Amino acid sequence: MATNTQTPVEVPVADRRVPVIAPGHTYSTITEKISNIVLTRPISLGWILGFLIVFGMLNMLMGVLGYLFVKGTGIWGINIPVGWGFAIINFVWWIGIGHAGTLISAILALLRQTWRNSINRFAEAMTLFAVACAGIFPLAHTGRPWLAYWLFPYPNTMNYWPNFRSPLVWDVFAVSTYFTISLVFWFVGLIPDFATMRDRAENLWAQRIYGLLAMGWRGSARHWHRYETAYLLLAGLATPLVLSVHTVVSFDFAVGIVPGWHTTIFPPYFVAGAIYSGFAMVLCLAIPIRSIYKLEDFITIRHIENSAKVMLATGLIVAYGYGIEAFMGWYSGNRYDSFLMWNRLHGPYKFWYAALLACNIFIPQILWLKKFRTSTGWLWLISFTVLLGMWLERFIIIVVSLSRDFLNSSWGMYYPTKWDWFTFAGTIGLFLTGMWLFCRVLPMISIFELRTLLPEAQVHETAEVKQ
Amino acid sequence: MNDDHKSKPPVAKGAAPSRTAVCPSKRKQLDLATVKDQIAATTGPEYWRSLEELAGSEEFQEMLHREFPKGASEWLDEFSRRGFLKTMGASLALAGLTGCTKLPTVEIVPYVRQPENVIPGRPMFYATAFTLGGYASPLLVESHMFRPTKIEGNPQHPASLGGTDTFAQASLLDLYDPDRAQDITYLGDIRSWNAFTDAMRGPMMAANAMKGSNVRILTQAVSSPTLAAQIRDYLAANPNAQWHVWEPVNRDNVNEGAKLAFGEVVETRYDFSKADVIVSLDADFLYAGFPGSSRYIRDFAARRNPDANMNRLYVIESTPTSTGMKADHRAAVKASEFSRLFMNDDDFPSSAFGKAVQADLYSHPGSSVIVVGDHLPAEIHALAHDLNAKRGNVGKTVFYTEPVDANTANRSESLKSLADDMRAGKVDLLVILGGNPAYDAPADFDFASVLKSNSVQTKVYLGSHRNETAELCQWHIPESHYLESWSDARAYDGTVSIVQPLIEPLYRGKSAHEIVAVLADESNAAGHELVQQYWQKQHTGADFDMFWRKSLHDGFVDGTAYAPKNVTAKLASHAASQPPSAEGIELNFRRDPSIYDGRFSNNGWLQELPKPLTKLTWDNCVMIGPAMAERLKLNFKDVVELDLNGKRVKGAIWIQAGHPDNSITVFFGYGRTRAGRVGTAQGFDVYPLRTSQQPWLATGVKITPTGETFNLASTQGYQTMETPNGSERPLVQERSLEEYKKEPNFAKEEEPPDYFTLYKPWEFPYNKETYSWGMAIDLNKCVGCNNCIIACQSENNIPVVGQYQTLRGRHMHWIRVDAYYNGPRENPKGFFQPVPCMQCENAPCELVCPVQATVHSTEGLNDMIYNRCVGTRYCSNNCPYKVRRFNFLLFQDWETPQFKLMRNPDVTIRSRGVMEKCTYCVQRISEHRIDAERADTVIKDGDLQTACQQSCPANAIVFGNLNDKNSEVNQWKSQPRNYSLLADLNTRPRTTYLAEVRNPNPELESKTEAKSEEVQARS
Repeated sequence: MATNTQTPVEVPVADRRVPVIAPGHTYSTITEKISNIVLTRPISLGWILGFLIVFGMLNMLMGVLGYLFVKGTGIWGINIPVGWGFAIINFVWWIGIGHAGTLISAILALLRQTWRNSINRFAEAMTLFAVACAGIFPLAHTGRPWLAYWLFPYPNTMNYWPNFRSPLVWDVFAVSTYFTISLVFWFVGLIPDFATMRDRAENLWAQRIYGLLAMGWRGSARHWHRYETAYLLLAGLATPLVLSVHTVVSFDFAVGIVPGWHTTIFPPYFVAGAIYSGFAMVLCLAIPIRSIYKLEDFITIRHIENSAKVMLATGLIVAYGYGIEAFMGWYSGNRYDSFLMWNRLHGPYKFWYAALLACNIFIPQILWLKKFRTSTGWLWLISFTVLLGMWLERFIIIVVSLSRDFLNSSWGMYYPTKWDWFTFAGTIGLFLTGMWLFCRVLPMISIFELRTLLPEAQVHETAEVKQ
Repeated sequence: MNDDHKSKPPVAKGAAPSRTAVCPSKRKQLDLATVKDQIAATTGPEYWRSLEELAGSEEFQEMLHREFPKGASEWLDEFSRRGFLKTMGASLALAGLTGCTKLPTVEIVPYVRQPENVIPGRPMFYATAFTLGGYASPLLVESHMFRPTKIEGNPQHPASLGGTDTFAQASLLDLYDPDRAQDITYLGDIRSWNAFTDAMRGPMMAANAMKGSNVRILTQAVSSPTLAAQIRDYLAANPNAQWHVWEPVNRDNVNEGAKLAFGEVVETRYDFSKADVIVSLDADFLYAGFPGSSRYIRDFAARRNPDANMNRLYVIESTPTSTGMKADHRAAVKASEFSRLFMNDDDFPSSAFGKAVQADLYSHPGSSVIVVGDHLPAEIHALAHDLNAKRGNVGKTVFYTEPVDANTANRSESLKSLADDMRAGKVDLLVILGGNPAYDAPADFDFASVLKSNSVQTKVYLGSHRNETAELCQWHIPESHYLESWSDARAYDGTVSIVQPLIEPLYRGKSAHEIVAVLADESNAAGHELVQQYWQKQHTGADFDMFWRKSLHDGFVDGTAYAPKNVTAKLASHAASQPPSAEGIELNFRRDPSIYDGRFSNNGWLQELPKPLTKLTWDNCVMIGPAMAERLKLNFKDVVELDLNGKRVKGAIWIQAGHPDNSITVFFGYGRTRAGRVGTAQGFDVYPLRTSQQPWLATGVKITPTGETFNLASTQGYQTMETPNGSERPLVQERSLEEYKKEPNFAKEEEPPDYFTLYKPWEFPYNKETYSWGMAIDLNKCVGCNNCIIACQSENNIPVVGQYQTLRGRHMHWIRVDAYYNGPRENPKGFFQPVPCMQCENAPCELVCPVQATVHSTEGLNDMIYNRCVGTRYCSNNCPYKVRRFNFLLFQDWETPQFKLMRNPDVTIRSRGVMEKCTYCVQRISEHRIDAERADTVIKDGDLQTACQQSCPANAIVFGNLNDKNSEVNQWKSQPRNYSLLADLNTRPRTTYLAEVRNPNPELESKTEAKSEEVQARS
């Protein structure tokens, strides 16, 4: 793509908000700034050190999974009655985190929220890696993972067919669809930028690889037309997934009869929670990245604040969900449901329930104050707290509900083992390794979409409309 | 059968080279000592894993062949198994349906045609008997291709009527215990039987010269007429020799009490079927270990029918037992107070409780029983004899007979005189036949050290394991298991059962009969001949052969039950000899409900069997009451030190509801140093605290917290039906008899109506099927004896997971017995609820399994397809009854060859990663269905029994076809007491419960709360 050296156009004075792109940028500065991170910026010692750590964690994950497959799920702390532990907690947590990426790239694209353009690329990458992390758990948590493919309906000679009444089968479809769409969506969105990278790369191999990935993109009007159509279609496909994937995940619980699981509020409450934690992760990643790679011009405080507002809104939905759970515990008059609420507040896990309420409900309320919404340091801390809180939420839902269900005789306690922690840390390693590499090999902000945010692009678009 | 080695066909040897051909020199050689070291290095919980690793190693396999080439090959190669079958099979011509006789044979006839009754895959049943403390439990043992695989009660025998007890059920595992001693050893080196008999010749000649004055025989309680006659014959020939008897869980006080009352030792037998009022003074007569318990439970439970003449049980006890929890009225009293409470009055204490009991006894002359616990002092036994006589119970509910025990010598005195003689150097030849006195003798005898010293020249020990005693004796002869040797034994009523083997000795073990025969210089006499010869002498009729076969077939010798004896209690005044001081803290010693006196401590099934009240596994505890715990600020897990006259032991606290205050109970059998891989170093040993003066009750014990904690592995999470937030859950439904009569269907919960379904019920009708299975469990009859758990474990090849996994909540029992308490912690009511799979009609598990590994059968079963299971555990999460069990790791032992022989071939061995659960014994259903179809008929009600049902001594479980309107299970389910557990969940369980009805004394009813205080106030 040829670079454009037009002078920037003034931003209309009427929009008093912080701009989504700092003033003074042109097509070429944007391209240069973003592509140079990949193409010319030298690899810093910090990056290498960080990579060694996260890659080490990824390798630990491989080792731990190897041990798991050799010995069995008994290396974890799960038992009867608590048949699901860290594995499912982490699964739901990671899947939830992925949701922000899809929301940003699909729903906000459809809603023409232009501010999304500077964060959608890495949010989508985050989605992919998070879903990859999540995908490990349903496989790893089965007792006989080498047979987990039986969850797929496929023609076989065993006269075997999955049970379509089971939410776990729905999960298989929801998660695999989600991963596929996210990957395709991400890849399609990358094609114009691959072409830019191809054109700008000086290294022969980089040229070839980017060239291969660019799939012959030349930027012709026909290309752009097809691209826009495909992207819109994919956005349309991905949009229901934002709502459906976590709804299906919530069915894993809502379909069960365990007190604390069997509730109709789960689908909306899970989706809100997913977006809540997803935006928290976006902030957790965006804040350090924009500062390390000096991207403050593209990821402005407006993005940060908008994300904080989404967090606040979804956090309130989640709080409403907790409130309804507590209310229904009392209002239903069901002895098991009311005991569940009592048990959350007074039982052996009461500390963790209190921590959950603090992390997910009370602490994020300071986001009502603009000061905290615009302070990256504070916001990073709050986002981290929300991530922690959302992990605890799944812990409370899964472990606390299972540990004390219907028959008093079968109550038990769940204590995670070191292998539970290693596996969890290992998936964080996988996630961060992905992000680490992503930052260095792909343009982490969509170059061409960012360019459309420039005033000159706006002018062009208005002119087009006028025709 | 024991001399069958000679008759082994040569093929057995011919097959050996294929295995032994491997060149041993190239690999590291293992010998027994190294193996033992390796094993010693692993303790209980690691056992299952290390065993498999060890047995899998090449070195071990090689050692096996080097050490026992012949025996090892027998188990492993096809040829000799055939030879084995051949020899065994030829003896089966007379095998019948309910019980078979097995006659040893010496013919060597090639197995050209299959013997008529030997059909591979069809089990055969042989009658035999298991003996504990001298009392026989008559059994029918299932044999699959000549491997005993399951133990059932003998339904024809009056002492069983089909029921068994946990010890008998679990004794099967002992047979296949890989830790059993496998060789005759002299100072640890392997010797042959001939070497032993040769070595005995010298000492025996010396002994004969002295008329045996330097010979002592130490046995456990012996009820075997043959063994008793053998020993008596030997003693007759060597009048100076002596026969000593030791049992740590003995009945000395019972015998002394009988002597006080009647001047002679008699056996007391009860008939609970005729007893309207039962008063138990610390007698745990509804749990295994009490002589006759299987029969007593049957009779007791039969009278718990609220629609008939229901009995009433009062229990006054010093330590909570399952019997106490079944009581209509229970009082917790310190053991040291019994004497004062009962000996001063001529009858009962004058408290309201005592008066009510007394009034009830007076109003039921001839139909009441007073039962006294074995450990209470002799005076109370004598008093009970007197009271039973005064109330006219003798001859109606209480019978006196000849003692079952062949040698009623006072155990304590008997062992003491032996220890004294040994110490004084009077003993040159000591023969210990079974038992483990080095571990369980009273601490003041210091028996282990005198056994260790060189004061006795020749020490011979016959024992199944290389245990504490075996270590201290030069000669150790492996004792053959009762399922591999001939003997006989008397049941609690005196009926003799011939103990016939079902399998050749796995390790060339010897029985006590054969050892005594060596003493009598008949070193080659086989057990079979000895037992048969004895009965030949006893038999007066013509056709001995027929008599013998019939006795073997039936499992008992007709007409050997002891007739009631006329004895009169001549109670003048037995003022309590010296009532122990009730001041301070008392320490009670009790047999362990699971591992008895320690003899079962290497039995994984029993170690992992949750004890009836605490649900504790793998450990004993220091049991105290809640008040004492509060006062001493002790909590569960706290490790305390018990100090009794300078002897100290440490154990973890268990706070038991219903335990009297200022009283501690500890249990025998733990802290073994040489039990084997399962039992060694589990729990703490309390024998060092136990002296011959205070065998059951010691006073003046000091208890000090150590600040340490120890995790006790209890399998039940929470033991009251009231949740911590104060809401009560209707898990076990209970009313008093009066309330029941007013409102018989009190237990019914409102179930959502049938039509709340998207399916049209008429499209899936069960009544078009021949069968629709269902089960009902009568909670009123269940006494919490745990028998069903072991029966199920044995029938369904359920693995043992070890202490660590139990602590993690991963025990595998398919049926469990939940114990709940209700009411004040000082004296609660107790409830037992056996929980197998409910086989729900609307099964929550079926819905959520993604791979259809658990589906509904056309006969209404909730089937589990192991092959299909991928192990998501979703089904278990969604099971409101939490009856599903998951193989989190490879719990099943796939390697140990002995266990391969033991398993039920009809039931899959589950691997890791697979969910499992109760199947209503679907293998039995299939077997009966196939038989019925072949005969073009249907399964008759009652023919088909699940394992839990069959073994239940209380007849509390009934299983059958719901489509058969007249089936017993339908009759039970149509009772008003019938209710479904968690009915409001609309799971529609096929297993339902008959609610509990108690029969409290109306006089005491209003004062229930206060009764325990009253009794205590009286003291």
